Amino acid sequence: MWHKKEISTVEIRSFGRGANVFFNILVALFAISCLLPLIFIIVISLSSEHSLVTNGYQFWPSQWSTAGYEYLSKMSGQLMNALGVTVLVTVLGTAINATFTSTYAYSISRSSFKYRRFFTIFCLITMLFTPGMVANYIVMTNLLQLKDTIWALILPMAVSPFNIIVMRTFFKRQVNESIIEAARIDGASEMRIFIQIVLPLAVPGIATISLFAALGYWNDWFNALLYIQNTHLVPLQYLLMQIQSNIEMLSQNATQGAQYASGLANIPKEATQMAMVVISVAPIALSYPFFQKYFVRGLTIGGVKE
Amino acid sequence: MQNVQPEMPAMRPETPEDKARRKQERRENFWYSVRDNTPLVLFVIPGVIWMLFFFYIPVFANVVAFKDFQFNPNGFIASLQSSPWVGFNNFKFLFSSNAAWLITRNTVLYNLGFISLNLIISVFFAIVMSQLRNKRLTKVYQTSMLLPYFLSWVIISYFVYAFLSPSQGLLNSLLTGNGGKAISWYNAPKYWPFILLLVGTWKGIGYNSILYFASAMGIDPTLFEAAEIDGANKWQQIKNVTIPALVPLMTLMTILAIGNIFRADFGLFYQVPQNSGSLYNVTSVLDTYIYNGLTSTGDIGMSSAAALYQSLVGFVLLMISNFIVRRIDSDSALF
Repeated sequence: MWHKKEISTVEIRSFGRGANVFFNILVALFAISCLLPLIFIIVISLSSEHSLVTNGYQFWPSQWSTAGYEYLSKMSGQLMNALGVTVLVTVLGTAINATFTSTYAYSISRSSFKYRRFFTIFCLITMLFTPGMVANYIVMTNLLQLKDTIWALILPMAVSPFNIIVMRTFFKRQVNESIIEAARIDGASEMRIFIQIVLPLAVPGIATISLFAALGYWNDWFNALLYIQNTHLVPLQYLLMQIQSNIEMLSQNATQGAQYASGLANIPKEATQMAMVVISVAPIALSYPFFQKYFVRGLTIGGVKE
Repeated sequence: MQNVQPEMPAMRPETPEDKARRKQERRENFWYSVRDNTPLVLFVIPGVIWMLFFFYIPVFANVVAFKDFQFNPNGFIASLQSSPWVGFNNFKFLFSSNAAWLITRNTVLYNLGFISLNLIISVFFAIVMSQLRNKRLTKVYQTSMLLPYFLSWVIISYFVYAFLSPSQGLLNSLLTGNGGKAISWYNAPKYWPFILLLVGTWKGIGYNSILYFASAMGIDPTLFEAAEIDGANKWQQIKNVTIPALVPLMTLMTILAIGNIFRADFGLFYQVPQNSGSLYNVTSVLDTYIYNGLTSTGDIGMSSAAALYQSLVGFVLLMISNFIVRRIDSDSALF
């Protein structure tokens, strides 16, 4: 019975049958256009170098081949290193970002916190003005002297003032002040209250900001572009960017063994390049349909202002 | 009823002991408050330190726009001290060059393009998706449309390259296959305003349309029922129920975007055209100009002047747009 009722409310705001088919096709076409480039890249990564050189990139190559991936698996050195840097930066950065952002947000969400207003404004001010790329660059390299360190990839995104404000609203709505008061009367320390009472209640919010942070770190190439010259600290996205401007890097990065195995002349450069793109997209493309729920919730999480 | 007179405390001159006691009480109160607030202060300290180094100090580091800045290996203070003041010279150079006008025009025009395209297309898709009969299919569409939003500009630039590569790209294959001439896309400025608008809008539509979709799904269904009973057809329902319900969000998003009109997406304008020099006329925006000044041309003075110009105008625009939002709908305002 309930089920039937639900359908009837859906009907009321739905298209008629004809229009429904038409608009379905329209939206489907756009949705396909969003997936198509990735499919195209996957096809290119699976094409043989010969067909790529003679026919260019095609949706259906004359010859399929896994040579790109095979070559990639033989390549060690910088590729594995870049993957390692990206994973390290993503894990460490997300942990730092989620911790600092939620502790700050929690403090300024507590009405009993005496300096609440001051620290809220202290954070809000940072959203009004941008210091600019040059000033940030000078402070990072000249004052903090962090050029060419892993921290140059982590610290610029370690705290997100916008997420602090979003999380503050979330804590206010989700965590009842009276629970905290009760725990305080029972003698729990602030640390214990935060970890044992507040955190479990705030899991959806923290999941959302962690998600944004992880995506940001995984996709980041800008900080590497500004601050990284040391080849051992190059993250995956920046390596891809360097290969795009200089495809010969691929053969330079190959280990000796791989070079002898495949012969310098016929390295499947094009396919290998695209195989690397596929590998760097794979974690996101495979996981985001599952975390999309959190993401969509995150869009509305800070919607209510108090 | 008896009038109860509150007993006035006897006014007597304050003795030194009173003063001392009051001081003592105040001190105790202070320490109580410190003890009560310390853990929460500790919680904010990492964030405060970050904001100092990544916001407050950089804001003051903007004084380099008024200096002939030279890096001194002895650190920031030494650099500041050893760089001579030049007043507004950096700004004079910046605004006497053609670049200032070009990058400002490009940044503002592209952003206006993005704002209008995004608004029209995402609202269109949001309304259409809210009316599709098959909800599961709608979810599949949304998931697909969101993919580009989650990918970095480096990846997107590979996507674009697969179509535009001069030797192997799909478009050139199609052109030559049909007897046309291949186009060297990365050296042909006239196509790029279109390409950049297309790619930039394409990447953001999924996100924006889901935002409007959520809002459209929140409309009270009885409104549609009422409209149906009154004999409104589908288009009339959309025009008179759905769109008016979306207008507040549309206004807010547009005004916030106008507040950011001086900020360009660096990745789109640097990465997607692969920083090709022959495209600079149509791809140079404030952010890429500042970056190129900072790194390749090495002119930090002019670059920092451009950065300060961008920040200040951006700040003014943000204040104005927030003021307008607050007048329209104070709950949607940023502050």
